[in-house]
Amino acid sequence: MSILAIEAAGPGVTLQDGGRHGYLRFGITAAGPMDPLMHASANRAAGNPLDATAIEVSTGGITVGAAGGPLGLALLAPGFRVALDGAALPEAVALTLEPGQILAVRAGDAGSWGYLAVSGRLDVAPVLGSNATHTRSALGGFDGRGLAAGDRLPVADGRAGDGAPHRLVVPWLARNARTIRVVPGPQDDYFAPDQIAAFLDGPWTVLPRGDRMACFLDGEPLKHARGHDIVSDGVAMGAIQVPGNGLPIVLMADRQSTGGYPKIATVIGPDIGRIAQLRGGTSLTFQKVTVAEAVAARRIERDAVREPVAREPVVRTDFASDFLLGLNLVGGVTDGAG
Amino acid sequence: MSDVPDEPRLLDAGEAALVVEFGTTVDPAISDRVLALDDALGAAPLAGLLERVPTYRSLMLHYDPLVLDRETLVARVRSLAAGATARAATPTLWTLPCCYDAPHGEDIVQVAQRAGLSPDAVVSTHAGATYRVYMYGFAPGFAYLGGLADVLAVPRRQSPRPPHPRNAVMIGGGLAAVATVPMPTGWYVLGATPARLYAPERDPSFFVGAGDQIRFEPVDAATFDALTAREAAGEAVARRGEARR
Repeated sequence: MSILAIEAAGPGVTLQDGGRHGYLRFGITAAGPMDPLMHASANRAAGNPLDATAIEVSTGGITVGAAGGPLGLALLAPGFRVALDGAALPEAVALTLEPGQILAVRAGDAGSWGYLAVSGRLDVAPVLGSNATHTRSALGGFDGRGLAAGDRLPVADGRAGDGAPHRLVVPWLARNARTIRVVPGPQDDYFAPDQIAAFLDGPWTVLPRGDRMACFLDGEPLKHARGHDIVSDGVAMGAIQVPGNGLPIVLMADRQSTGGYPKIATVIGPDIGRIAQLRGGTSLTFQKVTVAEAVAARRIERDAVREPVAREPVVRTDFASDFLLGLNLVGGVTDGAG
Repeated sequence: MSDVPDEPRLLDAGEAALVVEFGTTVDPAISDRVLALDDALGAAPLAGLLERVPTYRSLMLHYDPLVLDRETLVARVRSLAAGATARAATPTLWTLPCCYDAPHGEDIVQVAQRAGLSPDAVVSTHAGATYRVYMYGFAPGFAYLGGLADVLAVPRRQSPRPPHPRNAVMIGGGLAAVATVPMPTGWYVLGATPARLYAPERDPSFFVGAGDQIRFEPVDAATFDALTAREAAGEAVARRGEARR
């Protein structure tokens, strides 16, 4: 059996699958990827089920090697710096990692989360049916904790891939990150209309202290019309709660299952990953959409990630932020590959 | 008894969750409606309805809107909520051994001072009540209980204390709780139970459901240790009975 060997890992690098579902009623957080679309896309590129277990790479970065045999890998890490034995690679890449080679992923100019999927199955014992890591309750993943140097992940049914690195073409990951779509509620009636308008207009600045549990926003504080304590009710992924200080908090993958602050709006599923990718200091505004519009956006994503991920040979050696170069490059590549 | 509306409010929490709200307060009558709807939805599975999360006053329904459209879900909820006004099954009464002695009852003296009671009275009052499990939340297996005597309704701490031990029995803000995983907390630790409400490797991982009732049976530290060993060996030390309505 081949092994993915962790040579180094910064804080916050964890194993994540599609999430631990079915236990919210007992207080068990679903966890799962911060950017579900990118996670699923990395699995798609690796030939795995979309909700397979992959490594979520934080800005702490990761360095991995292969032992016992070559490993096929797919990496999506827009904004990160990627190198194989010191030679730069694209930030969206499929490759075969031979024993002795070292793949390094480091934080770059943008992006908070990248996904490294191994072709095959990371053979880690599930907890409550899932490999998603929830570090706050030490649940799942690799011993309930983030990955660290010296960890060795067995790979079952591994497939080595097809040799030289290829750039992955994933046009659906070129997303507008500064306008985050929300559905109002469930407690928007705790705010006067002018405060709802102020919430939508912002602008809000992402604070650097966010983590897998929440994204904290700074801006002009909102005022509550009916107090800021409610008797606890359920909390959805992307719920935007407004505590007493009036500054919104977007609840993310590691959120608690219930909570006691009014939730002014909820980030739609397709925009969860977009807000997750924003670094501290980035500004954003919110855009109100209907449930029907949100479902339509969700369907577009679902259909996109079902498409095969196109590949093209790596010819350049300068890979400064392909994703930040924008849609033109991606569009041109798609035409060529289509 | 407060008034419980005939028709719940339906509130969207994004495009993949719906809040069915029966009230805004902690009230057994509201909780009964929440749990009756939860039971009814559980008895007739609906494709695309992924999770049901009962809370004090509402039921959150997580769904896949690409499988189950909102209108279908809303229609089902409205028709079931109209008929489901009482729980179908009699809830279970669980008797949990609880050690209030040192080192487990860490905060009893503080609670006694704040409540103006003797430490023994804190224990006898806490152990003399029957509690209702309203909901889980906050952490894995953290059960929120109602039914705490008014004299023990001390406010929660201004700032959290260090992480409580495993399986802590706690009070705070007029409520009681049984916790599982150690976490910093604003609650007061009165004791610990050898029963594990949550054990991920056990089948089932959870045995106490929302709507069940709990009583605490005082045991000394030596008994606690013996029961903890039996629980670790796979024996269930919580005793099951039938709750009074």
